[in-house]
Amino acid sequence: MNAAVKLVAQRVALGLLLLFLVSILIFVGTLILPGDVAQSILGQSATPEALANLRKELGLNEPALTRYVSWLAGVFHGDLGTALTSGQDIAESLGRRLGNTLFLAFWAAIIAVPLAIFLGLLAVRYRDRWPDKLISGVTLASISIPEFLIGYVLMYFIGVKLGWAPSVAMMNDSMSLGQKLHAIALPVAVLTLVVLAHMMRMTRAAILNVMQSAYIETAELKGLSMFTIIWRHAFPNSIAPIVNVVMLNLAYLVVGVVVVEVVFTYPGMGQYLVDHVSKRDVPVVQACGLVFAAVYIGLNMVADIVSILSNPRLRHPK
Amino acid sequence: MKDQIDYLKLRAALGHISRREFMGRMGALGVSAALANTLLADAVRAAGPQKGGTIKVGIDGGSSSDTLDPALVTNSTGTMLLRLWGEPLIELALSGGLEGRIAESWEGSADASVWTFKIRQGVTFSNGKTVTAEDVLATMERHSGEDTKSGALGIMRGIKAMRAEGDMFVVELSEPNADLPYLLTDYHLVIQPNGGKDDPNAAIGTGPYILKSAEQGVRFVAEKNPNHWDSSHGHAETIEMIVINDDTARVAALQSGQVDMITRVPPRTAGLVSRAPNINVYSKSGPGHYVFIMHCDTAPFDNNDVRMALKYGINRQEMVDKVLFGYGSIGNDTPINASYPLFTPAEQREYDPDKAKFHMQKSGYDGAILLRTSDNSFPGAPDASALFQQSLAQAGINLEIKREPNDGYWSEVWNKQPFCTSYWSGRPVQDQMFSTAYLSSADWNDTRFNNEKFDQLLVAARAELDETKRKQMYADMSDILRNEGGLICPMFNDFIDGVSDKIGGWQETIGFGLMNLYAPVKTWVTA
Repeated sequence: MNAAVKLVAQRVALGLLLLFLVSILIFVGTLILPGDVAQSILGQSATPEALANLRKELGLNEPALTRYVSWLAGVFHGDLGTALTSGQDIAESLGRRLGNTLFLAFWAAIIAVPLAIFLGLLAVRYRDRWPDKLISGVTLASISIPEFLIGYVLMYFIGVKLGWAPSVAMMNDSMSLGQKLHAIALPVAVLTLVVLAHMMRMTRAAILNVMQSAYIETAELKGLSMFTIIWRHAFPNSIAPIVNVVMLNLAYLVVGVVVVEVVFTYPGMGQYLVDHVSKRDVPVVQACGLVFAAVYIGLNMVADIVSILSNPRLRHPK
Repeated sequence: MKDQIDYLKLRAALGHISRREFMGRMGALGVSAALANTLLADAVRAAGPQKGGTIKVGIDGGSSSDTLDPALVTNSTGTMLLRLWGEPLIELALSGGLEGRIAESWEGSADASVWTFKIRQGVTFSNGKTVTAEDVLATMERHSGEDTKSGALGIMRGIKAMRAEGDMFVVELSEPNADLPYLLTDYHLVIQPNGGKDDPNAAIGTGPYILKSAEQGVRFVAEKNPNHWDSSHGHAETIEMIVINDDTARVAALQSGQVDMITRVPPRTAGLVSRAPNINVYSKSGPGHYVFIMHCDTAPFDNNDVRMALKYGINRQEMVDKVLFGYGSIGNDTPINASYPLFTPAEQREYDPDKAKFHMQKSGYDGAILLRTSDNSFPGAPDASALFQQSLAQAGINLEIKREPNDGYWSEVWNKQPFCTSYWSGRPVQDQMFSTAYLSSADWNDTRFNNEKFDQLLVAARAELDETKRKQMYADMSDILRNEGGLICPMFNDFIDGVSDKIGGWQETIGFGLMNLYAPVKTWVTA
């Protein structure tokens, strides 16, 4: 087990280094964008005096390096700072948004991951017959349609025409869990449709790959049922690629759903980030970028570790 | 039959029969649907406001990077919020003219250079403090000081001195301005305790509602202010504002009944939305307009013949039909239209390729003309630019279109590049519109217009208290802009609002959409 601990420690250290590099990249990126936060806050109504006053107040006249270093020092003390635009504490508003994003991602994943794997197993069981073709056809179609379009279609038929679920996924603290789940029904459905195909196809391909092996033939000759063979013998051996693709999709559910958030007016992190990028609010963009990068790196790390642990040859190197 | 109609009107107004039933019975009596609708609206208003309930507003513009500080408000979400929890000194009356809010009355000196405002007695802030002339003075100071960042700074600049005398607030101007009361209706200028100098973000004011929960860019909840002085404002118990920036999502929220009213129904789908049985779509002309702006000091636009060629080369009606889908009216190369109090109509400039060709040849310029545009410069701007390109081609003029990114358009292109698309939301009075964008020394002189006669007329008109003479001066100024300015104004855009039939008390108004953004304050929920 010592090797595994060492491996995890290594990965975490590398992840932290990566996060640091990401923060530099984001900072430089926001500097390259035209205009600055003062100009963006005042918009078309900016007078030169108002601009100068606001720049002074926000400390934008300091050199870029100074601003970066002081921000970095703050982060090491656990202080993400305050937003330049709204003056609110970033950790607090970001925390609420992150909570919403994770809530949506969690429920989408709870439905999508088991469903995708089950459909994948089903497709293998009925390979090249109509259930396989139906599953592949439907999931591939749903991944090929842009997610905002799926969103609008569901919104129109389920939200407006049938009235089964609200078209605006508005969340607030006074809602019960049931009300919250009802509110996010449509975005969860869209996200499920969007991530289903990728995971399902990978499950199908990975298991089919294993199904060619000699030991599967042995199991068949022993007289085991097809589903038992797939579930007991093929699935455990194809877990590594499946976990990889599942983690990639989970990461997408957290960091890549801004379009779905906008369509359903869901107060998640994507919208929060986009609002602040367009205002050049660097501290908020930095904080969001760090969180997103951490999620991405973290989930990929989990995928790596799981695939190593699930493989006896990697678990017990000679 | 009259009795029957009256009886049904009363029943409908009291909520005893549904709108649908009312319309059906009216149809049976041979009354047209349009007339029945009007009858119903009258009846509901005549029955008087109903108290209580919740009005939910789906609104555009809000962003999670906004603040509650009135000085920094730039969008319709922020403006509507200010209307809920705060009040200015003076407000535009819904049907035109002015009405006093915090100011009970006001008076200008004979030469319009000193203005005295009498502060209404017994008005309290939501923190219990009574409003004094000192609070008003402090508010105006915060928006006009040397180090202010207020969006209202531009209109506060002409003020030389301000002071509070008992319950009077006195303003001395550095040059006379008969329009000062109109300028003070600016949405930034809500009165805050001690001017908001202690905490600009506190959202404490004298408005009909008290802000209970604010999640920027997401949702706001306000409860009725029990101590509000004016019973004609604030009928619903609770106002909920939900920021929905996506057009389709906003319309869907109205259609599915999640909100009771929305701003900015997209012109493309407005006709479709209005067919729904329980939704009314109101379109209202306003001072907002879409423009193509040329820098009068930059070649080739420094030649007036080039400018005239482009003005003759634009097909205004086609743009209203195809870009605004008919929800608008044609412009006449001046920022002023009938929504301004002292408007005088001038001869309409028509699309005339021959005249465009003539002026272009006369100018001696035969190169291509570069127009910069972006999606956010106004909705449909790239399409409008393409139409302009086509109509100019018929006059033999080659227009090149450069598509710019939305991001950074206002800082990098507008007011920097010599020819681009843009919009103006308009101002309440001519003086303000002209001084904001066409006075040679204006910060936002985005056409680099420098005309001595125009500047003189503008200053003279401010001090002119004879309305007839003033009206003539403004007409002359519009003519100068029309014939020499760098502004091509093809269209004035309408505000298009969508409102559920649950809402009573809707009125035609001037100003912004949703009853100058006062709809949640002045309408009510019918049973």
